[in-house]
Amino acid sequence: MKRIITIIRPDKLEDVKQALEEIGCHGLTVKEVKGRGIQLGITESYRGTDYKVDLLPKTQLEIVAKTEDVDEIVNTIVKSAQTGCIGDGKIFISPVEEVIRIRTGERGDKAI
Amino acid sequence: MDPILSSGDTAWMLISTALVILMTIPGVALFYGGLIRRENVLNTMFLSFITFSIVSVLWFIYGYDLAFGSDVMGVIGALTNPFFNGVVESNSLAALAPTIPTGLYAIFQMTFAAITVALISGAIVERMKFSAWLVFVPVWLTLVYLPVAHWMWGGGFLAQWGALDFAGGTVVHLSSGVAALALVLLLGVRKNSRLLPHHLGYSVIGTGLLWFGWFGFNAGSALGATNLAVSAMIVTNTSACVGMLAWVLMDKLNTGKPTLLGALSGAIAGLAAITPAAGYVNVTSAIIIGFVASIISYYAVSHLKPRLGYDDALDVFGIHGVCGIVGTIAVGIFATPLINSAIKGGLIAGNAGQIGVQLLAIVIIGAYSFILTLVIAKVIDMTIGLRVEDDHEIQGLDLNQHEESGYRLS
Repeated sequence: MKRIITIIRPDKLEDVKQALEEIGCHGLTVKEVKGRGIQLGITESYRGTDYKVDLLPKTQLEIVAKTEDVDEIVNTIVKSAQTGCIGDGKIFISPVEEVIRIRTGERGDKAI
Repeated sequence: MDPILSSGDTAWMLISTALVILMTIPGVALFYGGLIRRENVLNTMFLSFITFSIVSVLWFIYGYDLAFGSDVMGVIGALTNPFFNGVVESNSLAALAPTIPTGLYAIFQMTFAAITVALISGAIVERMKFSAWLVFVPVWLTLVYLPVAHWMWGGGFLAQWGALDFAGGTVVHLSSGVAALALVLLLGVRKNSRLLPHHLGYSVIGTGLLWFGWFGFNAGSALGATNLAVSAMIVTNTSACVGMLAWVLMDKLNTGKPTLLGALSGAIAGLAAITPAAGYVNVTSAIIIGFVASIISYYAVSHLKPRLGYDDALDVFGIHGVCGIVGTIAVGIFATPLINSAIKGGLIAGNAGQIGVQLLAIVIIGAYSFILTLVIAKVIDMTIGLRVEDDHEIQGLDLNQHEESGYRLS
């Protein structure tokens, strides 16, 4: 089992959610986060003075999936979240030791 | 002829009074509330609301009399009816507005006092103790606003010299702007003095309410449903619109992009600058006043403030103080008896001396407000302290001064 943490543009959330649903990936957790990558933020101007805003609002998706499904999920996310412009986000994949469904107590792949 | 109550004038002045109330609560509260960090949104709005309450009560205990009571040596009004005792019961008409009840004139003027003090709060947000503000409001109202209002509007020495201020260029905008400057010089710079508005939407609504209410402020200052009120309404709106367009132009020229906060700031600059002139000038003058005030204000906010290093958080001095000065000088230039037959007019109407009187009023009211505010704030600082603790400032004032949060996750 793997955990896929994805940082995307907030306005791409609906596209990504819909694309994941089409491949049967329903379970996900969404967070509003702030961060920066190589873009290093943007400049905003208030009352004639410029301010560097180096943490930008992003949306973080967290998905735990069976190892064999990871490639398809990642490809779907890349395709649906991509604009080709700087700031599209990143995907991090890490192993998961165990998953437990609280309602039934099921463990492993069955609990995803 | 005996004065007779006019129901038309009374209706208009009741509406105007309500409009000016709308400017402070919630106009100023929302305008300021949107411009600060989210950790301070409640404290910032609270400052406007509590100020309105304190001033409203004190106004009828002694404020109205000291500002508008019979003149005592040109300095202050006589306290003849404390607690407004017997005034409403007598059904009298106002001496300075003989077609409306005295009580209506008094509550209309109360709204000016309230917004003047509330405006100052924009400079000190995010770092002043709430308790210090609670002391500052009644003391500043008593020692600064009431005498200044008397000098200019209540028959005091500036009125006797012929100084003109239709709706508050000196009494409201200059006195509050300069007081704001004095306060922030004592308070010092915030730990995080970047103006990154947490919710510009609030400020859009607040500015809309201010603009809307300003028609009561300026056209209401005609004190009746008259041609003069119509004229004041037209020039008020014109100046606001030109002010907005001028600031947008400055944004475009300086940073390449027009900003909404810039547009709002320009509109308020235009509104503040036309205030002293609203009952004295025509549309052409209003266009010039709005344009010039907005550009000077832009430079005061974006260049003068960073250069001098004071932390006027929401630019009370840069917008209200500066535009109060610009508008008051403009009266000396553009005022015309064709708009208001009660005056001789300014430079263009052949009365060059009016500029001198206007400048004198600016210097006297500006210096008085600045010095008295410094003294009041210094005494508060030495007794209960002006500024919150460092860690409270970092965590935000909502939590530490009020044990409330404007926003929470669940």
